[in-house]
Amino acid sequence: MHRFLLAVLRRDLTLAARRRGDWLIAQFFFVMVASLFPLGVGPEPEMLARIGPGVLWVAATLASLLSLARLFEDDHRDGSLEHMVLSPEPTVLLVLGKSLAHWLIYGVPLLLIAPVLGIQFNLSWEAILVLEISLLLGTPILSLLGGVGAALTLGLRGGGVLLTLLILPLYIPALIFGAGAVDGVMAGTGAEAHLSLLGAFMVLSLMIAPWIAAAALRVSLE
Amino acid sequence: MPDALLSVHDLACARGERLLFKGMNFSLCQGQLLLVQGGNGQGKTSLLRLLTGLARPEDGEVRWRGESIRRIGEAYHAEMCYLGHANGVKDDLNPVENLRFADGLHGRAFDQARAVATLERLGLNRCLDLPCRVLSFGQRRRVALAALLLAGAALWILDEPLTGLDVHAVALMEGLIREHLTGGGMVVATTHQALNLEGVSVQRLLVGNVAIPELV
Repeated sequence: MHRFLLAVLRRDLTLAARRRGDWLIAQFFFVMVASLFPLGVGPEPEMLARIGPGVLWVAATLASLLSLARLFEDDHRDGSLEHMVLSPEPTVLLVLGKSLAHWLIYGVPLLLIAPVLGIQFNLSWEAILVLEISLLLGTPILSLLGGVGAALTLGLRGGGVLLTLLILPLYIPALIFGAGAVDGVMAGTGAEAHLSLLGAFMVLSLMIAPWIAAAALRVSLE
Repeated sequence: MPDALLSVHDLACARGERLLFKGMNFSLCQGQLLLVQGGNGQGKTSLLRLLTGLARPEDGEVRWRGESIRRIGEAYHAEMCYLGHANGVKDDLNPVENLRFADGLHGRAFDQARAVATLERLGLNRCLDLPCRVLSFGQRRRVALAALLLAGAALWILDEPLTGLDVHAVALMEGLIREHLTGGGMVVATTHQALNLEGVSVQRLLVGNVAIPELV
């Protein structure tokens, strides 16, 4: 079982390393979207600090959507998805492995870039720390729920757009609690409540999303 | 008559509103080849996908060792290997890495020497460290066949296995199928090409109602 999970992880990480262009696009997108806001709303430091957490969180969700459309698509096209589904291990484990790989490839780099963007938005160090914790708890949710969307829209024409419409509403709780935690620490009300809820949502997604995605995948492959 | 390992009971298949076939019954014993024949669009691929469990039948069921494949699921997958139209070969990995991943999927430890030997047997000795992207269609098909050989499954389900293969590879494939059958394996295959399979127990199944000329 662990060998299967490791094989899926290792394979996706190798493939990502071979196609660094795709990987960089998502990171650049995150930086670009977040950097457009100061240009659009003006450079007042108070204003930027006020909108910063929300903007960074929205940019992170959009960046993860960008890469999710291809979570299963490439494997579906060359037939390797069928081989993986027909392997002796449960499909749930496959989905879990792919979501985990997606998080490592696209989620973790966001954690590394976010502090730099936080400085750009004039966030305090304390706020940046909470932003990091919220992203650490929140980005796995994006990958896990995104896996459900990617499985549902697999093989559909215009699946990418449909995926966005389908998944963005599901991201709302993560967005609210994630950005709320940073707002909380800046307003002095503390971030614990938001972070706890975000953590609970992450655990919930971890328990439920792979099962739904596996069922959706089987339907899409029929 | 030995016990049939794979059996199909009153199988019906529909694509959308269209019923492709119904009331299909057959069984396959060790050492037997089932050649599925029929014109384009008659449901050959659909039948094979039902046999793998990728698709659900409209009616009836597929049984492996007497148990419905729906119920035994992963245990059946461990003994079955499917090669569809798509090769399931990753373009960014080289043939050896592709086989390594296939082994990982099945929870086997990777045996590099054996993988290389299999690839060489299939005539890929000059492409071992090239990404599959630069290989020709037929060579990629050979990589997929190497994965099939290494899987060591009892049942092979092959959808047009000879597509894109040259004369030598077709002869090699015939040899591999014969070897697999004499070793007690089973093969379900569709093909439009003539196969030279002397000394092999062949069952023929005509899917759909379009008669086609004898192939073998």
